[in-house]
Amino acid sequence: MIALLIRDVRLAIRAGGGFGLGLAFFLIVVVLVPFGVGPRTELLTSIAPGILWLGALLACLLSLDRILALDWEDGSLDLLATSPLPMEGVVSMKALAHWLTTGLPLVIAAPVLAIMLNLPPQGFGPLVLSLILGTPALSVIGTFGAALTVGVKRGGLLLSLLVLPLYVPTLIFGAEVSRRGAEGMDFSTPLAMLAGITCGTIAILPFASAAVLRVNLR
Amino acid sequence: MSSVWEYANPKKFIQTSDRVLPVIAAMAVLCLVTGLIWGFFFTPDDYKQGSTVKIIFIHVPSALMAINAWLMMVVASIIWIVRRHHVSALAARAAAPVGVVMTIIALATGAIWGQPMWGTWWAWDPRLTSFLILFLFYLGYIALWAAIENDDTAADLTSILCIVGSVFALMSRYAVNFWNQGLHQPATLTVKTDSNIADVFYYPLMVSIAGFMLFCIALIVLGTQTEIRARRMRALMARERMG
Repeated sequence: MIALLIRDVRLAIRAGGGFGLGLAFFLIVVVLVPFGVGPRTELLTSIAPGILWLGALLACLLSLDRILALDWEDGSLDLLATSPLPMEGVVSMKALAHWLTTGLPLVIAAPVLAIMLNLPPQGFGPLVLSLILGTPALSVIGTFGAALTVGVKRGGLLLSLLVLPLYVPTLIFGAEVSRRGAEGMDFSTPLAMLAGITCGTIAILPFASAAVLRVNLR
Repeated sequence: MSSVWEYANPKKFIQTSDRVLPVIAAMAVLCLVTGLIWGFFFTPDDYKQGSTVKIIFIHVPSALMAINAWLMMVVASIIWIVRRHHVSALAARAAAPVGVVMTIIALATGAIWGQPMWGTWWAWDPRLTSFLILFLFYLGYIALWAAIENDDTAADLTSILCIVGSVFALMSRYAVNFWNQGLHQPATLTVKTDSNIADVFYYPLMVSIAGFMLFCIALIVLGTQTEIRARRMRALMARERMG
């Protein structure tokens, strides 16, 4: 399992692995928003939590088809399926590798970009906390979507269509945590809901992803 | 001893549904015509809403059927995963377009009613938003069916998507409650009768709900039949080519 994780992370970091893609997209979204809505400080402050969450979500979405597509094309997914490691373990490791290479850099970059959007100081803690808790759910749900569409040629659009509605609860609670944090309100309830969603998806969705992948490899 | 599983046999299903379908369709037409004419022309105007209240005879039944079609798809998907009856998978497939049309009708009539009453076509209200999410789920489900060539693979994948999607749809339903209580009025029809609508509207509404329900059942049965016959045709043509 560890070997698979290390392999996936290495493949993603190396040139052509699309490591910087999500990060660059996040940067572009956040930088373009002030051009779109104008530079008024109070407006940017009020929409900053939502924009940062939305940017992180879209950046995550952009890199989803890389989770399984390359392994599917060169046949290493078949080898993984016949290996002693159960399929549930494979998809969990794939999701973890995706989070390490996409979700974690987004969490680290978010406070820097939050300065550009004029997020109030008390909002930084809740923002980072909600992203750390929420992005693993995005990776796990995304792996499910990637497993569903792995056999489809050019399934990128289909993947987004399938995954976006599944992302709704995570986005609502995540953005709610950072918004309440930025406004100095109590954010423990949505935070608990967000953590619940993440734990629930990590616990249950790998089984669904593995079942889907087995069907696709049949 | 006959059981419901007999209809898992496509031939038996076609035979029985061929006999039942005209009856259901005729009853659907009867109920729809009665319910809608009764509702539109023989009920009084509401003292606040005027005649716009009458859109309820389309809005409520279609919203109800949009959710019920999804519920039917969940049940059919579980049956397909557990017992591998092809009719069940095809019924789930046939229900999706019906459900998506009902969702569109519910959203559109809601918007048409909301414009004069709330002063807005659309509001990010919990009920409206969860219906929009349901609409997206339907689109994803239909697109996945269309994208995968192998029928059995597609049936497997869409059933799992349907079950996972229902869990997330429920979560979204309660997540959007976080924003506010919303503009939409609470349920018109409940077991507790004190919040229900007045009797003059209640009876025609019941008739048109029955009409919508029968209409949807007829469409789903017809869609399932079509799909079974299309598969049979393909099998026959493949056999011809083999010589």
